Amino acid sequence: MIDTVFTILAGALVVAGAGFAAIAALGLLRLPDIYTRMHAASKAGSVGSGMMLLALALVSDSGPETLRAFAAISFVLLTAPLSAHLLAKSAYAVGYKMWPGSVLDEMPKLSVTTGESNTPADPHLASNEDLEPFRQRED
Amino acid sequence: MNRTDFATTFLDVCLDVSLALLALAFFLTIIRIIKGPTLPDRVLGLDMLTSVAIGFIAVLGIDTGFTLYVDITIALGLVGFLATVAFARFILARGKTADDGEKKEVRKIDGDPHESGEGAIASRGAER
Repeated sequence: MIDTVFTILAGALVVAGAGFAAIAALGLLRLPDIYTRMHAASKAGSVGSGMMLLALALVSDSGPETLRAFAAISFVLLTAPLSAHLLAKSAYAVGYKMWPGSVLDEMPKLSVTTGESNTPADPHLASNEDLEPFRQRED
Repeated sequence: MNRTDFATTFLDVCLDVSLALLALAFFLTIIRIIKGPTLPDRVLGLDMLTSVAIGFIAVLGIDTGFTLYVDITIALGLVGFLATVAFARFILARGKTADDGEKKEVRKIDGDPHESGEGAIASRGAER
């Protein structure tokens, strides 16, 4: 009886997770800029794969498989927001523009570097912070 | 048809439907990776690709009962996370390059030829 319930629940979870993944991919294709695409990819994508792993945990008949599926779920839920946040932060710091239709840019004061690399030209020079005063003087 | 048979048939149909949806997700993500237009978009597409692959492995594990690949799921998640972090650091170090073609895309989506991305954002900032 309980197996039957788990099987039906797993079927529903699998379809819902795959639907979330497909909607995330559709949003990745349709949304206008990198920051809005990140909503679709990091939220709906991680929920989709998490639901499919939960379905696997429900139907597997051995304990270690269930535990592994739960470990994978927790790992996905831990790392997906981290990587999305890091990618958005570096894209914004480098100066990729938001969509003109967006209503609010809460950190507009960040200095934007366009068209030039931030890495030092001479590899024997020290880090970027040491180069900053020279850049100011050139301006 | 008793209840167990119904559950098994239902799971089979659900697995077929979800495999079709996952194939659609793979296809749309790969279109985004090819189209770009910027490097962060492509990195985001690759991140999405690993997360869809994790779900795909889970569905295959249910379908065939061969759950050895769940271990590979965890390793794939780790590799995808590290690759995205490394790419984010690379984007930060590289800076924005001119060949990204981002402005064209922004103007095309907005539909207003007089309002480019930079000016619109600046005027919005001035309004506030």
